[in-house]
Amino acid sequence: MSAGNGATLAQRPVSFVVASGLRLKVEQASYAYAATDRSAPKFTLGPTTFEAQQRELVAILGPNASGKSTLLKLLAGVLKPLSGRIEVDGQEVGDLDLRVRAQRIALVQQESELLFPLRVWEYVLQGRYPYGRRLRFESEEDCLLAGNALAQVGADALRDRWMDRLSGGEKQRVILARALAQQPALLLLDEPTQHLDIGGKVELLRRLRRLADENRYTVIVVTHELNLAAEFSDRVVLLHKGKSLRIGTPAEVYERDLLEEVFEAPLEVEMRTSGRPRVILRGSH
Amino acid sequence: MRPLTPRRITAICGLLFAVLFGVVVIALRTGAYPISLQDIVTTLFREAIGRRDDIPLEFWQVVFGLRLPRIALGIMVGAALATAGAGFQALLRNPLAEPYVLGVSSGAALGAMLSLMVAPHTAGVIQAGAFLGAAATTATVYFLGRRGGQLDSATLLLAGIISASFLSAAIMFLGTTMSGRDQRGMAFWLMGDLASPPSFHLGWLFFALLVTIGSIYTTSSDLNLILTGEQEARHLGVNVNRVKLVVYIAASLLTGLAVSVGGAIGYVGLLVPHAMRMLFGTDYRLLIPTSAIGGAIIIVVADTLARTVVAPTELPVGAMTALAGAPVFIYLMRRRVR
Repeated sequence: MSAGNGATLAQRPVSFVVASGLRLKVEQASYAYAATDRSAPKFTLGPTTFEAQQRELVAILGPNASGKSTLLKLLAGVLKPLSGRIEVDGQEVGDLDLRVRAQRIALVQQESELLFPLRVWEYVLQGRYPYGRRLRFESEEDCLLAGNALAQVGADALRDRWMDRLSGGEKQRVILARALAQQPALLLLDEPTQHLDIGGKVELLRRLRRLADENRYTVIVVTHELNLAAEFSDRVVLLHKGKSLRIGTPAEVYERDLLEEVFEAPLEVEMRTSGRPRVILRGSH
Repeated sequence: MRPLTPRRITAICGLLFAVLFGVVVIALRTGAYPISLQDIVTTLFREAIGRRDDIPLEFWQVVFGLRLPRIALGIMVGAALATAGAGFQALLRNPLAEPYVLGVSSGAALGAMLSLMVAPHTAGVIQAGAFLGAAATTATVYFLGRRGGQLDSATLLLAGIISASFLSAAIMFLGTTMSGRDQRGMAFWLMGDLASPPSFHLGWLFFALLVTIGSIYTTSSDLNLILTGEQEARHLGVNVNRVKLVVYIAASLLTGLAVSVGGAIGYVGLLVPHAMRMLFGTDYRLLIPTSAIGGAIIIVVADTLARTVVAPTELPVGAMTALAGAPVFIYLMRRRVR
């Protein structure tokens, strides 16, 4: 990596571009926890199949213990599927070297407690780790790309702040910036809206939508937010008790009876003029 | 954004080496037989150019026979313990982790004593026993410190304190039953002492420390990421298990080597890395070398004080480091390391 072409790099969007539109292919992927000879599996994720293209935002929906996080970990390569295949840009995720995997796939989870204070820019620069050799020192290009990533999430002004002094929303943006600094093709987010207020949730989803549209990321979000998923996603994977019940556009998946059965709550689904459904909690009277 | 550069590391280490040199010169001057600065410089210079015959015999004996070997030993022990402390803090993801507090130093001391009993005249047996004792204690404390499959900060420290207390009792028991020329005083194994350098050439120790500290240094970029979370580090491409194994072996080896020649000197591994973090930041690429040099400085200062403050009696060097280290430990515990 040369450090000399700073001006052009600064304008380059942080993204990984491939010729084909298909980015993620999940084929009959399944998983079982603690499946040993002596004990029955504690939880099983049944065979799941779906695809995601460039610029697509896919929401993985389902109640607690439905297998959402397990599916996300399979996509991230953290877990190896018991059967089936998961491919990113035509390569099986499990076969990728750790660093190469980190160049293709970024996983955003709830942040661990930091042991020692760290500045925002130091944290975001960590996203450049997969591109260096051991004992690497960050290049000018790394700094530019980290700066770009911060700009993409609107966190430019935070760069010199301490990580442990940020609000929930600010922290979420910075964590996302570190993932973008990895220049991944696939951006995976595990319940990113969990600790955000409603304004923060909408802002985050809008940002993810924009990142998918403008920078060709494929974004996969695990969430409980039915209406936000309906508003911003192209495709929904609905899971229930470890089975993928339905996969399709929000309009195809959001059926009253199906959602009521899955979420065990009285729900109403209304179709808006935009063609996107909205879920309302039905009153008891 | 001002990322770390090799030039900055070199500049800071150069500065610390200058401080270490100053401290060494002061330590050479200080003692029951005071020598002027000019005489120290002249003596060192004459030795360096091979004109030993021009050095007065008593000067040579005091400088090269007594003080310099002790200072060199202190430098190496300090560097080893401080680096081991920085390593344990990352390995166990605990800012208060340190070889002495975790009982690893006591484990090394017990291992050394046991190996002396089994094979008292075999070369390197003390070092091997100390390493095995340190490694076994680290593994024990690591597994005792887990709750629900996760490493728990408070449980880990409690496990360390209990282990240290149990091992110290075992050291006392063994100390009373041991006899013979190889036996060092109880204070040596419990508090550390640099008054009697080992019989083998210190060059071997230097070489072993260089390799071990170097191996921890190769993982410093990885440790930076592990400190922000093991899961995150994995997702960023770090081979976490390999890094933890390297740090575990290297930190145990450093503790074992330091304890085998200097006894269980406490709190250096806590004091120094934290001081270096406050001065130069948390990046392990800078923290490892600065901790090594800082550890050397602290031990040389502490040992000079130990042999002079209540002269002609000498204190164990560990008493000096504990006097400074225990309050810092309490301070850090109360502050939860911001």
